[in-house]
Amino acid sequence: MEDLSLHILDIVENAISAKAKKIDILVMEQPKEDRLVIEINDNGVGMDKEVSRKATDPFFTTRSSRKVGLGLSLMAQAAQEAGGRLLIESEVGKGTKVTATFQYHHIDRKPLGSMLETMTTLLLGNSDLDISYIHQKEEKSYVLKSLMLRERFKSQSPTGPEVIQWLRKHLKEGLARIGVQG
Amino acid sequence: MAKLTIEDLKRIKEEVRSTTVLREGGFRAKINIHMGTCGIAAGARKLMSVVLKEIEEKKINDVMVTTSGCAGLCSREPMATVEILGNPPVKYCDLNEERMKEIFAQHVLKGEIVEAYALARGSETTY
Repeated sequence: MEDLSLHILDIVENAISAKAKKIDILVMEQPKEDRLVIEINDNGVGMDKEVSRKATDPFFTTRSSRKVGLGLSLMAQAAQEAGGRLLIESEVGKGTKVTATFQYHHIDRKPLGSMLETMTTLLLGNSDLDISYIHQKEEKSYVLKSLMLRERFKSQSPTGPEVIQWLRKHLKEGLARIGVQG
Repeated sequence: MAKLTIEDLKRIKEEVRSTTVLREGGFRAKINIHMGTCGIAAGARKLMSVVLKEIEEKKINDVMVTTSGCAGLCSREPMATVEILGNPPVKYCDLNEERMKEIFAQHVLKGEIVEAYALARGSETTY
């Protein structure tokens, strides 16, 4: 994975595989405190203690098709390399919360990458889910919810040209306003 | 066997609805981009962006775009599946942005399978 926005996309895809209907994504950039926090909260099937403990082990997976599971282990590695850590809190039947922390200015911290591409992929590829995205940079913040798309484009194809155009513009301008490159 | 509950019925309804959505939703084609860890690491998000850009630029209203997990063929990622209404879905592998554009123009818009990048015809199985 080249950047953190790809990790976010990957972890949210995990949540979707876990049958989550509601997913909250929070990105908190605090350069002054030398901290970057990424939080992904879902209401999917959740994991028991044993599984969530093993989830960051690359040689553990819940799939039967093969013996490796790299998503969470790669993100844990990315966090550890940048002076941070990955925390998984999960409860069967309730959902899972994944929190990754990073030292903002750590030389090995991967760049955030394009949250615009990650969010358009997630929102447009999963128009039936409730996804909310909050991005904070110091005191400024940007909010995007899939509900906003649904209300605005009720009768249109969820991946119609107007929807794509509106979403890209919203993300681009919104992120620029808080000083984040889309 | 346990009794069917309202929840079960709701779930079944959702499952069936997702398979008939192409027919009933007025969509002519569906593009599914594989977004497992393997796909994402190999560049699946770029394919998604290419497809969305084409739809936006060419003002296309009858194409549906979805994402799915790993299809168990990580070494051939990034992959995408294209389904034209009434035809079996076609899986494409080893894609990049240019190839995706080509597939969009040929298969999605004109209905001609791009055999050079096609892996198989048949239904979707994801793990």
